Amino acid sequence: MPLPPATGVGFKPQHFEAIRAAPPDLGFFEVHAENYMGAGGLPHAQLSQLRADYALSLHGVGLSIGGADALSTDHLARLKALCDRYEPDSFSEHLAWSSHGGEYLNDLLPLPYSEETLAQVCRHVTQVQEVLGRQMLLENPSTYVLFEQSTMPETEFLSEVVRRTGCGLLLDVNNVFVSATNHRTDALAYLADFPLAAVGELHLGGHNEEDLPSGPLLIDAHASPVADPVWALYVALLGQTGPLPTLIEWDNDVPEWSVLMAEATRAQTVLNRLKEVARERVS
Amino acid sequence: MSAYPDLVSAFATGLTGGDLPAGLTARIPQEAERRFAVYRNNVAVSLTDALKKRFPVIERLVGPDFFAAMGRLYLNENRPKSPVLSEWGDTFPDFLAGFPPLGDYPYMADVARIELARGRAYHAPDANPIARDLLIVAAADPENAQLGLHPSVQILRLSYPAVSIWAANQAGTNGQGPTSTKAEIALILRDREYQVPVMAIGAGDAALIAALQDGQTLLIATKLAAFAEAGHDPQPILVRLMQAGAITLPKEAP
Repeated sequence: MPLPPATGVGFKPQHFEAIRAAPPDLGFFEVHAENYMGAGGLPHAQLSQLRADYALSLHGVGLSIGGADALSTDHLARLKALCDRYEPDSFSEHLAWSSHGGEYLNDLLPLPYSEETLAQVCRHVTQVQEVLGRQMLLENPSTYVLFEQSTMPETEFLSEVVRRTGCGLLLDVNNVFVSATNHRTDALAYLADFPLAAVGELHLGGHNEEDLPSGPLLIDAHASPVADPVWALYVALLGQTGPLPTLIEWDNDVPEWSVLMAEATRAQTVLNRLKEVARERVS
Repeated sequence: MSAYPDLVSAFATGLTGGDLPAGLTARIPQEAERRFAVYRNNVAVSLTDALKKRFPVIERLVGPDFFAAMGRLYLNENRPKSPVLSEWGDTFPDFLAGFPPLGDYPYMADVARIELARGRAYHAPDANPIARDLLIVAAADPENAQLGLHPSVQILRLSYPAVSIWAANQAGTNGQGPTSTKAEIALILRDREYQVPVMAIGAGDAALIAALQDGQTLLIATKLAAFAEAGHDPQPILVRLMQAGAITLPKEAP
C-alpha cells in the first residue's frame, strides 16, 4: 500500500514517550533503515509499537546506489530482512554514493550525470527492486559541486531511471532549493522538468547557510525548521500535483516533540487547504 | 568504460586530504575547492560524531576537542566497513591502548571495552526471561538444571578499575580518574527496561556466569564458582540476573 497523502515525521527515539502519551494525528512515520539493523532491543521494541498504529516509510541512507562498486549483498540482505519484518508502505534511497572500496563514508556524495552512471544506477535500482520484491523510490540529492563529466541535467537523468527501471521518486523539496541556490539555477524550472507523475513522497527539511564570495552556499543539514522559500516551493508544487505524502525531516539538533509536530501541522494545513480547494471546484 | 570508477576513487581520496578530483567544478570554478570542503567536513564530522555516540565516556575523559582530533586520526585508518555505524569501532580500544598521547592513561582502553560491550548488549537479540516457577524448579535440582543467559550478557576481565571509572563519569557525576589500581571484572547486560547497566563482580560470579554460558549445569557452575573464589555464594548473582530478566531457558530447550 502506498503512503497516505498526509504528513509524516522522521521518528526519533527521544520522542517515543511523547508519541505514546498522546498519539498524534499523522499519516506515517519514517525511519532510517540502518538504525534498525541490530538484532533486538529497544529500537525494535519501539518500531514494532509504532508500526502497529501507523503507516511506515523505510528510508535507506547506506546502499550507495550511485556508487561505482557493486551493491553490498550483505547490506541488501539486511535491508530485505527489515522489509520482511516490518512490511513498510514505502522504501526509498538516494541518488548518491556513500561507499567505495569496501569503506563507508557516511555522507551522500554526488555523481556526474552521464550515460555511464545512468546505466550503473539503473542496474542498482533494478537489483534492489528484485531483491526486495517491491518498487523503490529514488531521492533527488542536495549538491554542492558540479562535474565536467555530466552530459545531462539531473531531471533528465531521474526521468530516464524511472523509465528504465519502473522505480518511483522521492522528491525532496529542500534539496531542490539547496541545489538551485548553490548552482544559481531556477528551482521552479527544475520542478517543471521533474517527472512528477512518478513521485510517491515529498521531503521537507531545514538547511544551513554559509557565505562564499559568489553568494550563499546552502548545506542540507536537517538541523532547523523548513525555510520559508522551501514552504513556498512546496505550495507551488502541490498546486500541480495535488496532495502527496509529505515528510518533515529533522535529524540533527533534534527539537522537542512539540516543535517537530508544529512543522508537521504546518504541512498538513497546506494539504488540507488543497483538499478544500479541490472540493470547492467539484461542488 | 572505467571513467566513473576512477572518478569515485579520486573523490574518495580527495575527501581525506587528497587533491580535488579532476572534472569537479562549480558555477564559479574557483570555488570548487571550497565547495568540495563541505563533503570533506561532512565525512569527518559525521563519523567522529558516530564514534562519540558509541564512546561517550571516553569523550568525557579526554574532552571534546581531544576526542575530535583523535577521532579523525582513528577514522583515517579504520574506516567503517558497513553503513551500520552502531557496529563500527571494534578496534577503538586497541587504538587507544597504542595511542602515544594517552600513554599516561592506560585504563582508557578498558573503559572503551566497556562502552563497546554496552553497545553490543543494547542491540543484542531478544530472549524471553525464564518463568519464575521454572527457575524455582531448576534451583531445586542443580545437578540436572541448565539455565540459559540472555545474549546481551557479557563478562569483561579488565586490567584496571574501569567499571569504577565508567560509573564516575556518567551524567550527573563529577567525573574522575581511578581512585584505586585494582583490576575489575565487568558484568554487562540489557535489563527488562532495555537499560544497559555495568556492574563490577567478583571472580566467583564471573566463573558462574561463564560456566552457564558454556552450557554447564547449575551444580557444575556453582562448583566452578567456588573453585574461583573460596566460599562463593551463588545466590546474590543469580537473584540479580533473574531480576534483570537475564536468565532464560537453555539454548537447547525445545
